[in-house]
Amino acid sequence: MILIYADNINGTIKKSSLEVITYGVAIGKQLGTEAQAIVVGAVNSDLSELGKYGVSTVHQLTGPDTFDAQAFSKLIADKATELDASVVVFSHSLMGKALAARVSVRLKAGLVTGAVALPDTTSGFVVKKSVFSGKAFANIRIQTPVKVISLNPNAYTVAVGEGEANVMATPVSIQPAVKVISNSKSSGDRTLTESEIVVSAGRGMKGPENWGMIEELADVLQAGLACSRPVADAHWRPHHEHVGQTGVAIAPNLYIAIGISGAIQHLAGVNRSKVIVVINKDPEAPFFKAADYGIVGDAFEVVPKLTAALKAGA
Amino acid sequence: MKILVCISKTPDTTAKIAFTDNNTKYDANGVQWIINPYDEWYALVRAIELKEADASHAIHLISVGNADAEPILRKALALGGDEAIRVNIDSDDAYVIATQIATVVKDGGYDLILTGKETIDHNGSSLGGMVAEMLDLPYISLATKLEMDGSVAKATREIDGGQELDEVATPVVISAQKGMAEARIPNMRGIMAARTKPLKVVEPAACEALTATVSFEMPPAKAGVKLVAPDQVEELVRLLREEAKIV
Ligand SMILES: Cc1cc2nc3c(=O)[nH]c(=O)nc-3n(C[C@H](O)[C@H](O)[C@H](O)COP(=O)(O)OP(=O)(O)OC[C@H]3O[C@@H](n4cnc5c(N)ncnc54)[C@H](O)[C@@H]3O)c2cc1C
Ligand SMILES: Nc1ncnc2c1ncn2[C@@H]1O[C@H](COP(=O)(O)O)[C@@H](O)[C@H]1O
Repeated sequence: MILIYADNINGTIKKSSLEVITYGVAIGKQLGTEAQAIVVGAVNSDLSELGKYGVSTVHQLTGPDTFDAQAFSKLIADKATELDASVVVFSHSLMGKALAARVSVRLKAGLVTGAVALPDTTSGFVVKKSVFSGKAFANIRIQTPVKVISLNPNAYTVAVGEGEANVMATPVSIQPAVKVISNSKSSGDRTLTESEIVVSAGRGMKGPENWGMIEELADVLQAGLACSRPVADAHWRPHHEHVGQTGVAIAPNLYIAIGISGAIQHLAGVNRSKVIVVINKDPEAPFFKAADYGIVGDAFEVVPKLTAALKAGA
Repeated sequence: MKILVCISKTPDTTAKIAFTDNNTKYDANGVQWIINPYDEWYALVRAIELKEADASHAIHLISVGNADAEPILRKALALGGDEAIRVNIDSDDAYVIATQIATVVKDGGYDLILTGKETIDHNGSSLGGMVAEMLDLPYISLATKLEMDGSVAKATREIDGGQELDEVATPVVISAQKGMAEARIPNMRGIMAARTKPLKVVEPAACEALTATVSFEMPPAKAGVKLVAPDQVEELVRLLREEAKIV
């Protein structure tokens, strides 16, 4: 059977969890086995609804109210062993990454992180993953009987059908070694890696005072905000918006780059985007080579017009 | 406190990515190796800052890899590491690499094990968690700040949708990312001193690879950019709606 770990943030099942459930269910179909989900902690939605994405059973371990990778991995690995899971899948989210690594060691299972497609099971079990910061893919064979995979956010489309999962709740308690002193949510509900549309701007914006128009464009598109590294380095924008080889790697459906030259290190974090739009006043900007659509023009004129046109057409 | 900083070598960020042997191997021909930026700018520099504040700390470096890793270990020594260890095995299997690091940690009695957020070539983001699990240690991933208070580490880390401040007693594994420190360049004195600092080569612990790289592929090439005049933004909106079908 396939065991799928479904992340939740403060009780909400994330979109990336639905992606990973759809993905795990599809692996189950490939291998002719059923897929079940595991959720740790309290969730404020009806977990039987996860049946719509194809899982027969949801194992909910109630009790823990904060995430702890060390304790959660034990719980997940024990469940995988109990259920005799052959594949355990996670989302390659911030939490999922930490868990996948630990669970793979506990199960002594080969691990592929950042998978971008279903495994090829025609000869062995080969998983395609993104490497060289999005500049290439590697096909990795997992050679152990039990396999652990983490799936890149936005790499697999959620499929909804009919069905109701059987929810089995079991209370557990954990003694985390790590004490959480405080936590704060950053602005916006969507994390950058989960955003389907990302509006990003660079040094061409001249200064932080000009980000109003970028935020307005992002608002109409309900997009996440990103920036180039020098922009974060100069503290025009927060660090977590920095995308690229040394920042966050993203793969949205649409990436709009404004006043960004398109240096190789920047492209490394965004070139898995499905569609790229570049707005730059320099027709020679390297970014145009990586773009699907482009406007050669002054961002200060083009961006407000684009926002207005999107609003008008909505 | 004994600090171990995990240093991986990676092709220079502008290196051309190409493959040989029927797309089964990375073509390292003419490649300039650098310290993986997360390991250098954040993990190592933060370790050096901790030592500058308290000279009783020792900073050891570890790299699992072939002799190509030695120049980058020398550079890490020049920045401020005290001793370096190279485990002589070239592997692209995370379990094998983690086993080597875990063995060195166990034998060396380290209190703080620092890794980078991820390698920019393998993009695993798994080594820290694996080492921690092998030694049953706590792991704080994606830390943006780190302070030590005696044997307690206080780290701020990125979580999905926000930030969290954590406290944990050593020994602990922490992965570092942007925010933790600022990049430095080695000075002449550091470079001279590095020449005589110990760089020990040790043979690997026996361990079987759990995965194998079968092949590499390049992403499909883009068809080429469609340009829209700056006074025709409506046309761009139309293309995004009707052709790309995304907004
Ligand atoms: C090891 C290493 C790692 C790196 N990692 C990253 C990374 O992760 N992410 C990253 O982004 N960078 C990274 N960099 C830096 C990268 O090389 C570039 O320097 C950086 O991406 C440039 O940022 P930018 O495009 O915003 O600025 P610039 O290169 O200064 O480009 C500004 C662009 O704005 C355009 N422009 C100016 N005015 C206007 C206007 N009015 N309207 C429209 N367009 C305008 C200009 O034509 C230009 O193309 C890294 C560098 C190194 C060495
Ligand atoms: N071969 C290696 N030798 C030493 N440390 C490594 C090696 N590979 C990875 N690391 C460390 O583990 C971190 C995460 O690597 P990865 O899981 O491959 O993305 C890196 O930033 C390094 O600090």
